Amino acid sequence: MNEVVWTTLRLASLTTLLLLVLATPIAWWLAGRRAWWKEVIAAVTTLPIILPPSVLGFYLLIAIAPQSPLMGVLHPFGVRTLAFTFEGLVIGSMVYSLPFAVQPIRSAFEAMGPRPMEVAATLRAPPLDAFFSVALPLSRRGFLTAAILVFAHTIGEFGVVLMIGGGIPGKTEVISVRIYELVESLQYGDAHRLAAGVVVFSFLALLGLLLVARRTDEAVK
Amino acid sequence: MKRICGRFAGALGGFSLNAAFVLEPTGITALSGPSGSGKTTLLRCIAGLTRLSGELSVGGEVWQDARTFMPPHRRPVGVVFQDASLLAHLSVRGNLEFGAKRTPAKPVIGFDDTIDLLGLASLLSRTPAHLSGGERQRVALARALLSQPRLLLMDEPLSSLDAGAKAEILPYLERLHRSLAIPALYISHDPGEIARLADRVLYIEQGAITAGPRDLASPTLEGLDAAERDRLALAALRAGLQP
Repeated sequence: MNEVVWTTLRLASLTTLLLLVLATPIAWWLAGRRAWWKEVIAAVTTLPIILPPSVLGFYLLIAIAPQSPLMGVLHPFGVRTLAFTFEGLVIGSMVYSLPFAVQPIRSAFEAMGPRPMEVAATLRAPPLDAFFSVALPLSRRGFLTAAILVFAHTIGEFGVVLMIGGGIPGKTEVISVRIYELVESLQYGDAHRLAAGVVVFSFLALLGLLLVARRTDEAVK
Repeated sequence: MKRICGRFAGALGGFSLNAAFVLEPTGITALSGPSGSGKTTLLRCIAGLTRLSGELSVGGEVWQDARTFMPPHRRPVGVVFQDASLLAHLSVRGNLEFGAKRTPAKPVIGFDDTIDLLGLASLLSRTPAHLSGGERQRVALARALLSQPRLLLMDEPLSSLDAGAKAEILPYLERLHRSLAIPALYISHDPGEIARLADRVLYIEQGAITAGPRDLASPTLEGLDAAERDRLALAALRAGLQP
């Protein structure tokens, strides 16, 4: 039981951390000067919200299977396949939660507007310096929202992890998959304990999110 | 010291700018004209925030020509925006130090002197959200000065203030005018403000410089209406001059 909780938390933390790093440049680029074709990219990054997890899981499985072009690229580095591995799960979870990271960060950058970066430039800050010393701190609530959403969404994912992880105990088995297996084998007592834990955790995550939103509103007033 | 020469031409959306100007290396030059005439665009071009084709040289150094475009963070300009635009995540002190610690220039304009000049000593630890409009604009001005600019650009710094806040900040600007060693471009369409603060005035209309720089140092009183003449006389008296 502890093992599966640990795997889940490790997966959610790693996914959150890596996804924030990956989503930031995408969100920054999307928040920049408007062009209609940028919405094409925005739509692609939002697609995981509406795709059935089985569709996403199917394509991800093909992408990280031994004969895929992606694995062909990684082959020289000694990686043959990522299917049914923890690393594969992290990649899958990142794709699955991408929109939950990109959207809040993009909104935060858009709400900030171009002026603070202009101010930083007139005060001699080169673009990268201005990004870290002005844009990031001014958008911190967007990052906090993204982090909470991605973490909670990763805890809650089921279809994708089942398809690309296979639910190997100690490696790729996460809470949601374990609950499914417990119910299948009629072990309702253990299922109850885990399920209640997820409900409490999810409630706390949402509460945290709403409190963050409230503080943002107050800061605006 | 050499002058500031510039020429910008180009279109932005439906608006086109075609302005050539020469500014003296000292004193405040007002840039005046109806709204939508291109005042702010011209100022942004000088700061490098908007890029139109043209040339700009400041004190003999080329900031822009056919081959060069110096990015805004390399231009030693201080910009005061219409709405202060203080960095909300930093205290007043943080805002003042932001440019001060990044400028490669030797500090000529001292921190304490600037705090004194603009009366900011009691505000240093506050955040921008807890400042009045006039206080914000004073901080923005100090922040621009402390980045050690060679040219100060002010975009209608008083236009977003109510009459009370304007009256509060004008004496500071006049003090600045007397002690300022660098040239400044001051956008305004308020003749009263221009008379009080500027040495020269430059007019822009529909994206083109139509008059000036015209010297205001010895204003000819003909051509001014009675109220304006009285106001100027009063201002002169206040400044300790004999009319």
